[in-house]
Amino acid sequence: MDIRPNQPLALASVFLAGLLFGLGLTVSAMVNPAKVVGFLDLFGNWDPSLALVMAGGLAVTIPAFQLILKRDKPLLESRFFLPTSNDIDRRLIGGAVLFGTGWGLAGLCPGPALTSLVTLNGSVWLFVLAMIGGMVFHRTVLEN
Amino acid sequence: MENFTPYSALLGGALIGAAATLMLWVNGRITGISGILGGVLFPAQTDTLWRILFIAGLLSGAIVYTLINGSPIELQIQATPLLTIVAGFLVGFGTRLGSGCTSGHGICGIARVSKRSFAATAVFMTTAIITVFLVRHALGDS
Repeated sequence: MDIRPNQPLALASVFLAGLLFGLGLTVSAMVNPAKVVGFLDLFGNWDPSLALVMAGGLAVTIPAFQLILKRDKPLLESRFFLPTSNDIDRRLIGGAVLFGTGWGLAGLCPGPALTSLVTLNGSVWLFVLAMIGGMVFHRTVLEN
Repeated sequence: MENFTPYSALLGGALIGAAATLMLWVNGRITGISGILGGVLFPAQTDTLWRILFIAGLLSGAIVYTLINGSPIELQIQATPLLTIVAGFLVGFGTRLGSGCTSGHGICGIARVSKRSFAATAVFMTTAIITVFLVRHALGDS
Protein backbone atom coordinates (compact mmCIF):
# COMPACT_ATOMS: atom_id res chain seq x y z
CA MET A 1 0.00 0.00 0.00
CA ASP A 2 1.33 3.28 -1.13
CA ILE A 3 1.74 5.85 1.60
CA ARG A 4 0.57 9.16 0.18
CA PRO A 5 1.83 12.57 1.11
CA ASN A 6 -1.47 13.59 2.62
CA GLN A 7 -0.25 15.70 5.49
CA PRO A 8 -0.78 19.42 4.88
CA LEU A 9 2.95 20.08 5.21
CA ALA A 10 3.81 17.40 2.64
CA LEU A 11 1.19 18.70 0.23
CA ALA A 12 2.46 22.25 0.69
CA SER A 13 5.99 21.08 -0.12
CA VAL A 14 4.73 19.37 -3.29
CA PHE A 15 2.97 22.55 -4.41
CA LEU A 16 6.12 24.58 -3.66
CA ALA A 17 8.22 22.09 -5.65
CA GLY A 18 5.82 22.44 -8.59
CA LEU A 19 6.00 26.21 -8.32
CA LEU A 20 9.81 26.23 -8.29
CA PHE A 21 9.83 23.84 -11.25
CA GLY A 22 7.41 26.01 -13.24
CA LEU A 23 9.38 29.11 -12.34
CA GLY A 24 12.59 27.40 -13.47
CA LEU A 25 11.06 26.45 -16.82
CA THR A 26 9.83 29.99 -17.45
CA VAL A 27 12.98 31.76 -16.19
CA SER A 28 15.11 29.58 -18.47
CA ALA A 29 12.64 30.10 -21.37
CA MET A 30 12.37 26.33 -21.81
CA VAL A 31 8.60 26.84 -22.08
CA ASN A 32 9.28 28.43 -25.48
CA PRO A 33 9.39 25.69 -28.14
CA ALA A 34 11.47 27.91 -30.45
CA LYS A 35 14.15 28.06 -27.72
CA VAL A 36 14.17 24.28 -27.33
CA VAL A 37 14.32 23.68 -31.08
CA GLY A 38 17.16 26.23 -31.20
CA PHE A 39 19.13 23.86 -28.97
CA LEU A 40 18.17 20.71 -30.86
CA ASP A 41 19.14 22.36 -34.16
CA LEU A 42 22.87 21.60 -33.94
CA PHE A 43 23.31 22.24 -37.64
CA GLY A 44 21.53 25.60 -37.71
CA ASN A 45 21.87 28.73 -35.59
CA TRP A 46 22.69 26.72 -32.46
CA ASP A 47 21.53 27.99 -29.06
CA PRO A 48 23.29 26.04 -26.25
CA SER A 49 20.97 27.39 -23.52
CA LEU A 50 19.17 24.08 -22.86
CA ALA A 51 22.49 22.40 -22.08
CA LEU A 52 23.04 24.98 -19.34
CA VAL A 53 19.55 24.37 -17.98
CA MET A 54 20.45 20.68 -17.67
CA ALA A 55 23.82 21.60 -16.17
CA GLY A 56 22.23 23.99 -13.66
CA GLY A 57 19.70 21.34 -12.66
CA LEU A 58 22.25 18.56 -12.35
CA ALA A 59 24.66 20.81 -10.42
CA VAL A 60 21.96 20.82 -7.72
CA THR A 61 20.50 17.32 -8.03
CA ILE A 62 23.70 15.26 -8.37
CA PRO A 63 25.18 16.26 -4.97
CA ALA A 64 21.77 16.68 -3.29
CA PHE A 65 20.44 13.27 -4.36
CA GLN A 66 23.60 11.53 -3.13
CA LEU A 67 23.19 13.13 0.30
CA ILE A 68 19.42 12.55 0.52
CA LEU A 69 19.59 8.90 -0.56
CA LYS A 70 22.04 8.18 2.26
CA ARG A 71 19.19 8.83 4.69
CA ASP A 72 16.92 5.99 5.83
CA LYS A 73 13.80 7.78 4.65
CA PRO A 74 12.58 11.17 3.44
CA LEU A 75 11.43 13.81 5.92
CA LEU A 76 7.68 13.21 5.66
CA GLU A 77 7.37 9.69 4.26
CA SER A 78 8.23 6.25 5.58
CA ARG A 79 10.32 5.32 2.53
CA PHE A 80 11.69 6.49 -0.81
CA PHE A 81 9.59 5.77 -3.91
CA LEU A 82 12.23 4.96 -6.51
CA PRO A 83 12.01 3.09 -9.81
CA THR A 84 13.07 -0.51 -9.32
CA SER A 85 13.69 -1.57 -12.92
CA ASN A 86 17.31 -1.96 -13.98
CA ASP A 87 17.07 -3.32 -17.49
CA ILE A 88 17.72 -1.35 -20.63
CA ASP A 89 14.98 -3.01 -22.65
CA ARG A 90 13.14 -2.40 -25.89
CA ARG A 91 10.34 -0.48 -24.17
CA LEU A 92 12.79 2.00 -22.63
CA ILE A 93 14.64 2.60 -25.89
CA GLY A 94 11.53 2.52 -28.09
CA GLY A 95 9.76 4.93 -25.78
CA ALA A 96 12.75 7.29 -25.79
CA VAL A 97 12.85 7.21 -29.62
CA LEU A 98 9.14 8.07 -29.89
CA PHE A 99 9.40 10.75 -27.21
CA GLY A 100 12.49 12.29 -28.84
CA THR A 101 10.72 12.39 -32.21
CA GLY A 102 7.70 14.19 -30.75
CA TRP A 103 9.92 16.53 -28.74
CA GLY A 104 11.87 17.45 -31.88
CA LEU A 105 8.73 17.95 -33.99
CA ALA A 106 7.07 20.47 -31.65
CA GLY A 107 9.82 21.55 -29.24
CA LEU A 108 7.58 20.64 -26.31
CA CYS A 109 8.03 18.03 -23.60
CA PRO A 110 5.60 17.33 -20.73
CA GLY A 111 6.85 19.87 -18.14
CA PRO A 112 6.96 22.95 -20.37
CA ALA A 113 3.71 21.91 -22.09
CA LEU A 114 1.77 21.72 -18.81
CA THR A 115 3.40 24.88 -17.44
CA SER A 116 2.56 26.97 -20.50
CA LEU A 117 -1.10 25.91 -20.48
CA VAL A 118 -1.47 29.03 -18.37
CA THR A 119 -0.82 31.21 -21.43
CA LEU A 120 -4.01 29.80 -23.05
CA ASN A 121 -2.01 29.34 -26.26
CA GLY A 122 -4.12 27.15 -28.55
CA SER A 123 -1.20 25.09 -29.89
CA VAL A 124 -0.07 24.20 -26.36
CA TRP A 125 -3.57 23.04 -25.43
CA LEU A 126 -3.73 21.00 -28.64
CA PHE A 127 -0.36 19.44 -27.77
CA VAL A 128 -1.39 18.59 -24.20
CA LEU A 129 -4.70 17.03 -25.31
CA ALA A 130 -2.84 14.91 -27.88
CA MET A 131 -0.23 14.01 -25.22
CA ILE A 132 -3.00 12.82 -22.88
CA GLY A 133 -4.42 10.89 -25.84
CA GLY A 134 -1.04 9.19 -26.32
CA MET A 135 -0.90 8.28 -22.64
CA VAL A 136 -4.44 6.87 -22.72
CA PHE A 137 -3.61 4.94 -25.91
CA HIS A 138 -0.53 3.46 -24.24
CA ARG A 139 -2.58 2.43 -21.24
CA THR A 140 -5.30 0.90 -23.44
CA VAL A 141 -2.98 -0.95 -25.78
CA LEU A 142 -0.15 -2.09 -23.56
CA GLU A 143 -1.37 -2.36 -20.01
CA ASN A 144 -4.60 -4.27 -20.43
CA MET B 1 24.68 31.88 -31.03
CA GLU B 2 23.01 35.29 -30.60
CA ASN B 3 20.05 33.63 -28.85
CA PHE B 4 22.24 32.10 -26.13
CA THR B 5 21.00 33.07 -22.63
CA PRO B 6 23.52 31.46 -20.25
CA TYR B 7 22.58 33.16 -16.98
CA SER B 8 18.82 32.69 -17.11
CA ALA B 9 19.41 29.11 -18.30
CA LEU B 10 21.65 28.30 -15.34
CA LEU B 11 19.32 30.03 -12.86
CA GLY B 12 16.25 28.30 -14.29
CA GLY B 13 18.05 24.96 -14.26
CA ALA B 14 19.06 25.46 -10.63
CA LEU B 15 15.41 26.20 -9.72
CA ILE B 16 14.34 22.99 -11.46
CA GLY B 17 17.07 21.12 -9.57
CA ALA B 18 15.91 22.67 -6.29
CA ALA B 19 12.33 21.54 -7.01
CA ALA B 20 13.47 17.95 -7.68
CA THR B 21 15.60 18.04 -4.53
CA LEU B 22 12.66 19.22 -2.42
CA MET B 23 10.44 16.42 -3.76
CA LEU B 24 13.01 13.71 -3.00
CA TRP B 25 14.11 15.12 0.37
CA VAL B 26 10.64 15.76 1.80
CA ASN B 27 8.43 13.24 -0.02
CA GLY B 28 10.89 10.64 -1.31
CA ARG B 29 9.62 11.00 -4.85
CA ILE B 30 11.17 11.42 -8.28
CA THR B 31 10.06 14.56 -10.09
CA GLY B 32 9.02 13.06 -13.42
CA ILE B 33 6.37 15.18 -15.08
CA SER B 34 5.11 12.46 -17.44
CA GLY B 35 4.81 10.05 -14.50
CA ILE B 36 3.03 12.63 -12.35
CA LEU B 37 0.54 13.37 -15.15
CA GLY B 38 0.12 9.66 -15.90
CA GLY B 39 -0.80 9.08 -12.25
CA VAL B 40 -3.53 11.71 -12.49
CA LEU B 41 -5.01 10.08 -15.60
CA PHE B 42 -4.92 6.57 -14.15
CA PRO B 43 -5.12 6.99 -10.40
CA ALA B 44 -3.94 4.17 -8.17
CA GLN B 45 -6.07 4.21 -5.02
CA THR B 46 -6.07 7.79 -3.72
CA ASP B 47 -2.63 8.74 -4.99
CA THR B 48 -3.97 11.73 -6.93
CA LEU B 49 -4.12 14.85 -4.78
CA TRP B 50 -0.36 15.51 -4.55
CA ARG B 51 0.00 15.04 -8.31
CA ILE B 52 -2.71 17.62 -9.03
CA LEU B 53 -1.09 19.99 -6.54
CA PHE B 54 2.28 19.60 -8.27
CA ILE B 55 0.75 20.42 -11.66
CA ALA B 56 -1.10 23.38 -10.10
CA GLY B 57 2.32 24.46 -8.79
CA LEU B 58 3.78 24.33 -12.31
CA LEU B 59 1.08 26.66 -13.63
CA SER B 60 1.47 28.92 -10.59
CA GLY B 61 5.21 29.15 -11.26
CA ALA B 62 4.42 30.50 -14.71
CA ILE B 63 1.99 33.02 -13.20
CA VAL B 64 4.58 34.14 -10.62
CA TYR B 65 7.12 34.58 -13.42
CA THR B 66 4.67 36.70 -15.40
CA LEU B 67 3.97 38.87 -12.33
CA ILE B 68 7.67 39.37 -11.54
CA ASN B 69 8.68 39.88 -15.13
CA GLY B 70 5.76 42.15 -15.98
CA SER B 71 5.40 40.78 -19.50
CA PRO B 72 3.70 37.68 -20.90
CA ILE B 73 5.58 34.42 -21.42
CA GLU B 74 7.09 34.20 -24.87
CA LEU B 75 5.92 31.18 -26.85
CA GLN B 76 6.77 30.52 -30.48
CA ILE B 77 5.49 27.24 -31.90
CA GLN B 78 6.56 26.60 -35.46
CA ALA B 79 4.81 23.24 -35.91
CA THR B 80 1.53 23.15 -37.84
CA PRO B 81 -1.59 22.04 -35.89
CA LEU B 82 -1.44 18.56 -37.45
CA LEU B 83 2.23 18.19 -36.58
CA THR B 84 1.53 19.48 -33.06
CA ILE B 85 -1.08 16.75 -32.57
CA VAL B 86 1.27 14.06 -33.89
CA ALA B 87 4.06 15.38 -31.66
CA GLY B 88 1.85 15.47 -28.57
CA PHE B 89 0.67 11.93 -29.18
CA LEU B 90 4.25 10.65 -29.62
CA VAL B 91 5.39 12.48 -26.45
CA GLY B 92 2.49 11.05 -24.42
CA PHE B 93 2.87 7.50 -25.72
CA GLY B 94 6.67 7.53 -25.74
CA THR B 95 7.12 8.87 -22.21
CA ARG B 96 4.78 6.23 -20.80
CA LEU B 97 6.44 3.43 -22.80
CA GLY B 98 9.93 4.66 -21.87
CA SER B 99 8.98 5.41 -18.23
CA GLY B 100 10.00 9.05 -18.22
CA CYS B 101 10.82 12.33 -19.92
CA THR B 102 13.36 15.13 -19.67
CA SER B 103 12.73 15.62 -15.95
CA GLY B 104 12.44 12.05 -14.67
CA HIS B 105 15.27 10.60 -16.75
CA GLY B 106 17.28 13.73 -17.56
CA ILE B 107 17.37 15.60 -14.25
CA CYS B 108 16.48 12.98 -11.60
CA GLY B 109 17.60 9.69 -13.16
CA ILE B 110 21.07 10.93 -14.03
CA ALA B 111 21.44 12.31 -10.48
CA ARG B 112 20.53 8.85 -9.14
CA VAL B 113 23.16 7.38 -11.49
CA SER B 114 20.51 5.18 -13.12
CA LYS B 115 21.89 3.47 -16.22
CA ARG B 116 18.36 3.27 -17.64
CA SER B 117 18.06 7.05 -17.40
CA PHE B 118 21.49 7.63 -18.97
CA ALA B 119 20.44 5.40 -21.88
CA ALA B 120 16.98 6.99 -22.25
CA THR B 121 18.38 10.55 -22.10
CA ALA B 122 21.03 9.80 -24.71
CA VAL B 123 18.42 8.22 -27.01
CA PHE B 124 15.72 10.93 -26.75
CA MET B 125 18.31 13.73 -27.12
CA THR B 126 19.82 12.09 -30.21
CA THR B 127 16.42 11.31 -31.73
CA ALA B 128 15.18 14.87 -31.16
CA ILE B 129 18.33 16.32 -32.76
CA ILE B 130 17.92 14.02 -35.78
CA THR B 131 14.22 14.94 -36.04
CA VAL B 132 14.99 18.68 -36.04
CA PHE B 133 17.73 18.11 -38.61
CA LEU B 134 15.35 16.22 -40.90
CA VAL B 135 12.51 18.73 -40.51
CA ARG B 136 14.63 21.87 -40.82
CA HIS B 137 17.47 20.96 -43.14
CA ALA B 138 16.83 17.73 -45.02
CA LEU B 139 13.11 18.18 -45.75
CA GLY B 140 12.56 21.83 -44.88
CA ASP B 141 13.67 24.92 -46.75
CA SER B 142 16.08 26.55 -44.30
